[in-house]
Amino acid sequence: MKLAFTKDLSNKKLHITRQFQASKEMVWKAWTTAELLDQWWAPRPYQTVTKSLDFKEGGFWLYHMLSPEGDKHWCRLDYLSIVAEDHYTAIDAFCDEDGNPNSDIPQMTWKNTFTEKGAKTTVTIQISFEKEEDIQKIIDLGFKEGFTAALENLDELLGNGF
Amino acid sequence: MRRDVFQAIADPTRRNIINLIAFNSLNLNAIADNFEMSRPAISQHIKILQECGLINITQQGRERFCEVQPKKLAEVADWLEPFRQMWEDRFNRLDKVLTQMKKNEPSAKPTEQLSIF
Repeated sequence: MKLAFTKDLSNKKLHITRQFQASKEMVWKAWTTAELLDQWWAPRPYQTVTKSLDFKEGGFWLYHMLSPEGDKHWCRLDYLSIVAEDHYTAIDAFCDEDGNPNSDIPQMTWKNTFTEKGAKTTVTIQISFEKEEDIQKIIDLGFKEGFTAALENLDELLGNGF
Repeated sequence: MRRDVFQAIADPTRRNIINLIAFNSLNLNAIADNFEMSRPAISQHIKILQECGLINITQQGRERFCEVQPKKLAEVADWLEPFRQMWEDRFNRLDKVLTQMKKNEPSAKPTEQLSIF
């Protein structure tokens, strides 16, 4: 299944779309259940370890990403609105192990939409950044970790008109 | 007015200007010759690109040359690519989780119902 990744840079938004060979019920469950999220959420080489997940409006998911060296990065995802098996919106933040947000680190707002067609489910994610500076801060924080710096992508970037 | 790299590359003419001078710097006139647009309009786009830090303008004699600041441009490219890769990787793992769920689920449901009755 191919990942569609589009940028709406002037509006500080990213759109990610992906189809899965499973029912909407199942995909929704994988996105909203701690023991399932723990199996796939954290970017490699990290592992996801959930401390608590209260999936309801006003509730939040508190977890850490565990590095192979044993470092823990605590994160929380606050659920703003939920329409079961259709979509939810949330704000993510870095925090301490008690869930106190680190206000130095910018937040991203998520809207995840689930649609079913036949036996397949499409998930559409919209990530909104508040400011360009926020994007830069997120980058500086190490989204790059585990990946090679991609200067060679500059050619492609120039070639395809972004 | 606020200036940032994202604003700079949001405009197709400005992307074309970047393409044009990506590998060799050109003077303002040479750039303008590549576009149907009026010279002042092109100058305005170049001014925005400069203010956003994407191009540098140097005076050489009577000519003003524009060159791309690859480092600034790479900032935009760099952060997107790891992000995309992270999602690809993440979703490949989700595929596996879903496959596993499908294996478990069909047998689980009827058994549950049977045990109720």
